[in-house]
Amino acid sequence: MIDLSTTYLGMKLKNPLLASSSPLCRDISNIRKMEDAGISGVVLHSLFEEQINAESEALDKFLSHGESYAEATNYFPDMTAYNIGPEEYLEHIRKAKEAVHIPIIASLNGVSAGGWTRYARLMQDAGADGLELNIYLLPTDPEVPGERIEQNYVELVRHVIAEVRIPVAVKFGPYFSSIPNFCRKLDQTGVDGLVMFNRFYQPDFDLEALEVKPNLYLSDSNTLLLRLHWIAVLYGHLRADMAVTGGVHTVYGLLKSMMAGAKAVMSTSCLLRYGIEYSGQILQDLKEWMEEHEYESIQQMQGSMSVRSSTNAAAFERANYMKVLSSYVQPEAKRL
Amino acid sequence: MIRPTVTIDGNEAAAYVAHKVNEVIAIYPITPSSPMGEWSDQWSSEGKPNIWGTIPSVVEMQSEGGAAGALHGALQTGALATTFTSSQGLLLMIPNMYKIAGELTPTVIHVAARAIATHALSIFGDHQDAMAVRPTGFAEIASNSVQEVMDIALVSHAATLESRIPFLHFFDGFRTSHEVAKVEQLTEDDLRAMIDDDLVRAHRARALSPDHPVLRGSAQNPDVYFQARETVNPYYLACPTIVQNVMDKFAAISGRQYKLFEYVGAPDAEQVIVMMGSGAEAAQEAVEYLTARGGKVGLLKVRLYRPFSIQHFVEALPGTVKKIAVLDRTKEPGAIGEPLYLDVLAALQEGLAYPRPDVIGGRYGLSSKEFTPAMVKSVFDEAAKRVSKNHFTVGIRDDVTFTSLEYDGAFSTEDPATVRCMFYGLGADGTVGANKNSIKIIGEETENYAQGYFVYDSKKSGAMTISHLRFGPKPIHSTYLVDRANFIACHQFTFLEKVDVLKNADPGAVFLLNSPYPAGDVWDKLPRKVQGQIIDKKLRFYMIDGYEVAKKAGMGQRINTIMQTCFFAISGVLPPEEAIVKIKYAIQKTYGKRGESVVQKNFAAVDMALDHLHQVTVPEHALTGVDLPPIVSAKAPAFVQDVVARILALDGDSIPVSMMSNDGTFPTATAQWEKRNIALDVPVWDEKLCIQCGKCVLICPHGVIRAKIYESDVLKSAPATFKSAVPHFKEYKEQKYSLQVAVEDCTGCALCVQICPVKDKSDTKRKAINMAPQMPLRAPESENWEFFLNIPDFDRTKLSVGQVKENQLLRPLFEFSGACTGCGETPYIKLMTQLFGDRTVVGNATGCSSIYGGNLPTTPYCVDANGRGPAWSNSLFEDNAEFGLGMRLSLDFQSQYAKELVKKLESKIGTDLVEALLNAGQSNEAGIQAQRERVEQLRGRLAGVNGAPAADVQNLLAVADVLVKKSVWIVGGDGWAYDIGYGGLDHVLATGRNVNILVLDTEVYSNTGGQMSKATARGGVAKFAAGGKATAKKDLAAMAMMYGNVYVAHVAMGSNDSQTVKAFLEAEAYDGPSIIIAYSHCIAHGYDMFYGLDQQKAAVNSGYWPLFRYNPLLAKDGKNPFKLDSRPPTLSVDKFMYNETRYSMLVHSNPETAKKLLDLAQKDVNDRWKFYEELAAMKGSVAAETAVAATEEKKEAYV
Repeated sequence: MIDLSTTYLGMKLKNPLLASSSPLCRDISNIRKMEDAGISGVVLHSLFEEQINAESEALDKFLSHGESYAEATNYFPDMTAYNIGPEEYLEHIRKAKEAVHIPIIASLNGVSAGGWTRYARLMQDAGADGLELNIYLLPTDPEVPGERIEQNYVELVRHVIAEVRIPVAVKFGPYFSSIPNFCRKLDQTGVDGLVMFNRFYQPDFDLEALEVKPNLYLSDSNTLLLRLHWIAVLYGHLRADMAVTGGVHTVYGLLKSMMAGAKAVMSTSCLLRYGIEYSGQILQDLKEWMEEHEYESIQQMQGSMSVRSSTNAAAFERANYMKVLSSYVQPEAKRL
Repeated sequence: MIRPTVTIDGNEAAAYVAHKVNEVIAIYPITPSSPMGEWSDQWSSEGKPNIWGTIPSVVEMQSEGGAAGALHGALQTGALATTFTSSQGLLLMIPNMYKIAGELTPTVIHVAARAIATHALSIFGDHQDAMAVRPTGFAEIASNSVQEVMDIALVSHAATLESRIPFLHFFDGFRTSHEVAKVEQLTEDDLRAMIDDDLVRAHRARALSPDHPVLRGSAQNPDVYFQARETVNPYYLACPTIVQNVMDKFAAISGRQYKLFEYVGAPDAEQVIVMMGSGAEAAQEAVEYLTARGGKVGLLKVRLYRPFSIQHFVEALPGTVKKIAVLDRTKEPGAIGEPLYLDVLAALQEGLAYPRPDVIGGRYGLSSKEFTPAMVKSVFDEAAKRVSKNHFTVGIRDDVTFTSLEYDGAFSTEDPATVRCMFYGLGADGTVGANKNSIKIIGEETENYAQGYFVYDSKKSGAMTISHLRFGPKPIHSTYLVDRANFIACHQFTFLEKVDVLKNADPGAVFLLNSPYPAGDVWDKLPRKVQGQIIDKKLRFYMIDGYEVAKKAGMGQRINTIMQTCFFAISGVLPPEEAIVKIKYAIQKTYGKRGESVVQKNFAAVDMALDHLHQVTVPEHALTGVDLPPIVSAKAPAFVQDVVARILALDGDSIPVSMMSNDGTFPTATAQWEKRNIALDVPVWDEKLCIQCGKCVLICPHGVIRAKIYESDVLKSAPATFKSAVPHFKEYKEQKYSLQVAVEDCTGCALCVQICPVKDKSDTKRKAINMAPQMPLRAPESENWEFFLNIPDFDRTKLSVGQVKENQLLRPLFEFSGACTGCGETPYIKLMTQLFGDRTVVGNATGCSSIYGGNLPTTPYCVDANGRGPAWSNSLFEDNAEFGLGMRLSLDFQSQYAKELVKKLESKIGTDLVEALLNAGQSNEAGIQAQRERVEQLRGRLAGVNGAPAADVQNLLAVADVLVKKSVWIVGGDGWAYDIGYGGLDHVLATGRNVNILVLDTEVYSNTGGQMSKATARGGVAKFAAGGKATAKKDLAAMAMMYGNVYVAHVAMGSNDSQTVKAFLEAEAYDGPSIIIAYSHCIAHGYDMFYGLDQQKAAVNSGYWPLFRYNPLLAKDGKNPFKLDSRPPTLSVDKFMYNETRYSMLVHSNPETAKKLLDLAQKDVNDRWKFYEELAAMKGSVAAETAVAATEEKKEAYV
């Protein structure tokens, strides 16, 4: 019997395939479908602190508007209570927990130390099995050095893990000058997991309207390579679990992630593309591949292709860079 | 029993009781009573029960007439029912009031009493409405203060059940309905103790029921009607005693004793004032002051006015009274005297033996005119004279019929122990809200009594609010504005240049200024007059840069809590630390439900405020400041100088009767003289980037952006900074084009920047028009504006007016209105005036468009270089379509008459001219211009005519102008068109007459604060729809199209301006009824108006607001008259709706309902689109052609 189980954030999971944080998770029926398809855990869509603040401030602004003309001293009924803040999200956690048996990991995307800790605690109290902190800080101020940005991350994570009992993972982007050093700093906070990586959503330009437009492309399998690289490099150097998010679209992506050293993978793009049921196919393929290749368990392969275990460690380093560049052949012009 | 103390206004006090003791509440918005309906709707939607544990059913009707009808029906079938109204609304209820009273049906109508529209509309308080319904058979009972409103509301409900006489409970609009005061709240136990359930069951037993059927409301004839009418006498005779008994019972419960007539003053008074309403509070204050100083004066407050109890009245009068002065807050032209005066005369005649006291009567306080103790004293002084003036007025200067009494403005009865404060705030900066909070803090957290009254602006943008606060250890009866302030705060520096902020400062008072200048510089920036006042009155002067603190705290422009904190810190009402704790508590209480971040920002503002508060060292003598600019330019006409400028300076009270028009006529084109300078940033034209498309000119809600093409040599005398460009018009390359901004009139909405389609290729955030700070531009651009105005207008006859680029060279005849910044309605009106304004008569329904169109002091409709422009009138809210039709009928008749006279005088005028006059083609500007010239010729020939009957010549001269085509525009909002005026509108459409109806559809009653109309879409939260509107928007366009002979257009200028222009031109050209339903973004939608155009696009792109035109003329060619002008939806409706608070709010207040209603709203959109798509796909219809023919026949019949 092949053992697909893994442990992630101290939780025993029946397999390493989780649904990553995405709009699919807004719907309880989708979460049920995920469980039915065999997914071992769900990271809910993110609760955005700015969104709560923005909604709250907009409500305040327009409820307060008026006070100018005697006939219209305001324009809306000011009700006794509003469902402002995280209540809807917390209710969603509760409903998800009632609906399925697999672990539910809440996701928090915040901006302030106060917001992080307050909402994290509320998510825990609502029944979340774990917490994923999605930190998406985009430095735009040339005066702010990278060190300070990294320090901000570390402090945010420290704040949250001091406040909650449930395991905490942190999701971040790849744009740091030393990923290994940064991950170590995060690891030293006592965080339970590192989720690699947040995708950097660059806006696009509309050339006709001369406007900057928000843009979102789904990931593809190439997205995975960056994740594989750093997990393979870091495997064995960190106490925290590592998970891959972005680019796991087939069983091969999952296998590679495990072999690089991940404890879990999280998928969204392929589920959006092919439907939630597709995850069942990946798990089926996983079993078949492992059978075919005579693997007994997932644990057996975890980290097996990491830098630490690889026979070709140079492939992860500068030597590989030189080799790749010199092997590149200029395509024929007409093929461009 | 200890009852909770609450700080509320009169409307809330009345609604509190009404909602607790009723089952069916029929409502309709009208100022100042609307909040009573709003509270009732909100409480029911929140599930708050009445004293029997059930939730009252609250239903909005289409008019007050409808509300009264629903009330009548609910009562007849056994429910406890009520309604609320004011002014015109009460007049519309009159027919039902007779019925309800005639059928001895218990109910209470709560009325915030308000002036009636006569020569002008007024939203303010007096008793004209309550007096207008006194013959209906309703009992009338008055409350004079907020506490009394709560108490007497309950007394009324209890008394009506026992007496079976319906009650009108009234209190003064604004002065009481909107005054915030500390009151003791009646408990549910109090209410239950007062309402006798046996009487409720008796009411039910009388109800119509098929289980014990009766007939009520028969038609009676000369034989019995009279006798039947007399059957009610015993009920009216018994009513006063019942009311007094109820009042006694109430006194036993609450400790507050009321009487039918309440006397205060000297027991041996010789002069007594008789009056009712809030003015009696000021009179009481004066009487107590005077009697304490030996005055033999008294006041008799009339509480139960109808049925008028002679016995109780004479018993309440002191036996020593020699002269009674009866004060009526109403006017009845042509009567011997006002109603209360006549009642008092009759009561004395019937109730007292000779010798009786003399009686004089006078009028006061119309339209919330101030009524002060000084005026009370002047009435007593007049009454004390051996021969007193009768039928006097007090509070004004009547220099025409000399009715007015003089009064000593220096006379004051203010209690020194009462702290009196004034706050000058900028509308929407939160000043009023903060002051309401301060009143609550002081009222509920200290032993002090507290009172707050708020004076608002006549403008909706850049408005000034003045808060009047009093608090002190004794009950406050001062129902008049603070005129001796211990504390004055000015929250906007520029107000110092516009109004006399420190006029009412008491010597030694505190002055707090929000100043953009630091403490060291602020003194020199003050106007010289203000410096003098500070020195002379020895004011303690403090300043804070509130905007800087607000910015740091993330509060934007809202300086409310900052200024509030400073107020508490300086005023010493509470120890500062304690005050801060209480302010924060109040913030949590008020804003906590809106979210933590709002609370935290306010807390931060409070914490930062005191560090930025500075006391300014006042020099003893040096006056270094600037001189105040004149209120209006010296070039303004005499009327503007003499009258308008005084109103602008808040000195309108001093204008004597002789200076006011006697029939409500007011000159147009006066807004140009009010340079408001309210925009911080104004648009600046980049002549190099501009493609001269005219879109910014078109969209500007305030008409401050203009374009002209002119001869190049004009520029020889141009100011140095005046900009010009080569016209992007191929015919006029030799001339010059300029786009000019009136920076002093701009409100800074930036819609012009939003709509500009051009981007700088090197810096894409720059457009061809960009916002820049106003202050440095004010002087040069004012000079440029002056120069621009003197450039001749472009020749209208040479323009292709169907193109936005060209029609925006037409001069707008609607400018600088007081509409909201970024208003979505005014661009449509402005366009109408550009296209047709020089030959237009406007009938305007009451609402936003009548307020920004005709609310004094200034008038935005204006004139062209020939002195022509729109003639404008507002009749009422409900009758506007009929009013406009009347204009059409009149003009058509006069036109026909003129043609007959022309024909009759043909031999004198000349056949050529007659033929040309009678057969003129006036379908375009050139044709109209030619006809104008012919009419001038006609006048010339008539002047020299001999041998014709003089009367015919004079009569023709009187109507000759009508030979030039006149355009009738019937303008109003959706509240009028969809609801209260729909019956009339429908009828006018059916007449087939040539009127143009412009419906400015904001989908709510915007002017009264955003109540639901039938134009409100499903899922929208509005007042009266606090739980979200459950039904779909009425499709007014489809209903109009069903006639077949009505031109219908559905437009959204922000989405497709060309389609809008086409619609206006086609509608006006169509010789039959036309209706344009124009999507108008509105502040009541709850988003920043800067995005108004984006939202208009989203409304169209989501299918929420399809664009189409239905032109019956197309049917003549066998074509489909319906043309769908917008594309199939590309957005789901939530992408439009959830950008707006009116929809997103429901997600916060009731997520499940929001989801359900959103799904239904999407279905509404889908269904409607499908319907229109199918309509557009139909082939030409014979039916439509027949309809056009029918129109012709109908018009013939009318002529």
